[in-house]
Amino acid sequence: MKAKVFVTLKPSVFDPQGHTIADALHSMGYTGVGDVRQGKYFELELNSLSADQARALALEVADKVLANPVIESYRIEVD
Amino acid sequence: MKFAIVVFPGSNCDHDAYHAVTQVLGQQAELVWHKDTHLAGADVVVLPGGFSHGDYLRTGAIARFSPIMASIAEFARRGGPVLGICNGFQILLEAGLLPGAMLRNQDLKFHCEHVWIRVEQGDTPFTARAGRGQVIRVPVAHGEGNYYADPAVLRDLEAAGRVVFRYCDPQGNVTDAANPNGSLNNIAGICDETRNVVGLMPHPERACEAAIGSADGLLIFESVVTSLAQQGAL
Repeated sequence: MKAKVFVTLKPSVFDPQGHTIADALHSMGYTGVGDVRQGKYFELELNSLSADQARALALEVADKVLANPVIESYRIEVD
Repeated sequence: MKFAIVVFPGSNCDHDAYHAVTQVLGQQAELVWHKDTHLAGADVVVLPGGFSHGDYLRTGAIARFSPIMASIAEFARRGGPVLGICNGFQILLEAGLLPGAMLRNQDLKFHCEHVWIRVEQGDTPFTARAGRGQVIRVPVAHGEGNYYADPAVLRDLEAAGRVVFRYCDPQGNVTDAANPNGSLNNIAGICDETRNVVGLMPHPERACEAAIGSADGLLIFESVVTSLAQQGAL
């Protein structure tokens, strides 16, 4: 099984990197781009687990280690 | 009095702290490896600055799982004074021993400069020798020192007088211009509910001798010596 974990800053938290990227895109003329939020992406290889077990494990790891719940939220995909 | 200075892979201010404590302050110190599980009978614990585990994932995010951290949490729970400096502060935040989190500096620059901070509280073990409102000059050196806490946590911190240091100008005025990193309410350092765990982004250990630009940081280390002596802990 493989789990993908997407970590982003919570909407309420200002993202200075995303803001700078958006500014750069706008100055390049990409006026169709609005706000930009930068995040992190993790691929976890999970050995011999059912989809439910894999999801539970990925959730635990994301909550405890991969994301800091004070400032970040995360989304998980298992396949 | 004995200080335990915890060494993580990537700590780089451990020897600065060791020098300040032993050579300037004249106290005992022991470097304690992060995989140790005992604090060597220390009276004070210092988590020094640096780039533990290369700052990978998030600053302090991996160091917080080091074996020594359980002993530090227990030491703090029993009321022992714990000081987290820069990366040490970030580790205390990740470990949940202090509330909030660090974001990338608002201007995305790594700030390496002397700043002024105002001592807001004189009743922590690390500020016992300072007057409330005292302004000291100490260096910062960080890329992620932009203190964040959600509005409810921030309100509680302010209401309980747990903001220990704020960035200010040389006259002690707390202004946006004096804030090097975008920290909420110009916060440079905070303490926990029981006030014995203190974290700050500036480096007092690098400002303990006039010959290197400032001796103001010595106040923090002298404070804990005085504080423990008053408690009869020595």
